[in-house]
Amino acid sequence: MNWFYFSSPPTFFRLAGRLAPWFFILAAVLAAWGLYLGLLVAPTDAQQGAVYRVIFIHVPTAWMSMFLYFVMACYCGLTLVFNTRLSAMMARAIAPTGAMFTFIALWTGAFWGRPTWGTYWVWDARLTSELVLLFLYFGYMALANAFEDPRRGDRAAALLALIGVVNLPIIYFSVQWWNTLHQGSSVSFKGTSMHVTMLTGMLVMSFAAWMYAIGATLVRVRSVILERERRAQWVREAGAA
Amino acid sequence: MKPRTKRALAIAGGLAALGVAAALVLNAFQSNLVFFFTPTQVAKKEVPLDRNFRVGGLVEGGTVVRQQDALTVSFKVTDGAESVPVVYTGILPDLFKEGKGVVAEGRVGPDGTFKASQVLAKHDENYMPPEAAEALKQAGHPMAKENFAGQGGSKR
Repeated sequence: MNWFYFSSPPTFFRLAGRLAPWFFILAAVLAAWGLYLGLLVAPTDAQQGAVYRVIFIHVPTAWMSMFLYFVMACYCGLTLVFNTRLSAMMARAIAPTGAMFTFIALWTGAFWGRPTWGTYWVWDARLTSELVLLFLYFGYMALANAFEDPRRGDRAAALLALIGVVNLPIIYFSVQWWNTLHQGSSVSFKGTSMHVTMLTGMLVMSFAAWMYAIGATLVRVRSVILERERRAQWVREAGAA
Repeated sequence: MKPRTKRALAIAGGLAALGVAAALVLNAFQSNLVFFFTPTQVAKKEVPLDRNFRVGGLVEGGTVVRQQDALTVSFKVTDGAESVPVVYTGILPDLFKEGKGVVAEGRVGPDGTFKASQVLAKHDENYMPPEAAEALKQAGHPMAKENFAGQGGSKR
């Protein structure tokens, strides 16, 4: 098998177009199932009552915000090392979805914090580092589009994205390294401190977020490819047809 | 060496150096990244007594007293070893409860009482239905305490 077959923009353009709807369908089905589990099946929490149900949005989006940054940084590394065109386009396509998930995580966190902690926002290590992640996404997008020559934008922004990777372990381990108002992780590699129905709902919602992120990235990368390759023969032919 | 191998090594080396630098910086800032001090640190006067700071711990059982005006409340914050008396006037968060986590911001008055301007509740990462919590309680499971001590900062 030729591993580089799908790294050619025209081939990947068609593949992405065929795959994207399936990911959106999966995302919708999983989200419906996850919300059903989270809002109707899962019991209330002993301490927080029904308020804790924000978790079914908050944790999946927070996970995705970090995971998407990691994936984006991997594509940026490929861009810098191999000078591949498609990897830079993928990184550009991921950034807005990652920023959106980061924003939702911060937003839902604020509305969870108000009734439980008694405040929308505190400058503790977890919240602050997650806000830094949002600014890293914004910075990446701004820098990628700040150059006349998109290839230069790719490389400059890729460097920024790679530097920002330092922030990921800080976000993840902030609640262990320092004392914070934010509680520790309920789910880790060692196990979980959540009731099983609650955990199932959260994991299903996470898969829904995952599928949505893939679908959205594929749709967006198609427009990035078209824009970049607008002078290429295959785009002109497709446009003329 | 191929140029791409060189670039890969440069990136890997750069990231490693960046990681080490970040680790050193964070280590140096360790004490400034702490969101709250523990009652033990307050007792040892390892806190900025001349300005506002936060103290965090568990609300000690049986110490919550409401004043006549119903808005002023006094309680003790404990970490198991030491405890700090706190006075606060205002609305407490819903999760404020004896035996549960709390973070108060304010300063120590001349009488040694911590005058709080803000009281936040700190909940743990355990989520379970009320029946399960009840069962744990009856079994004498020290859930809340364990979890509060489990965080990095409060161990030191």
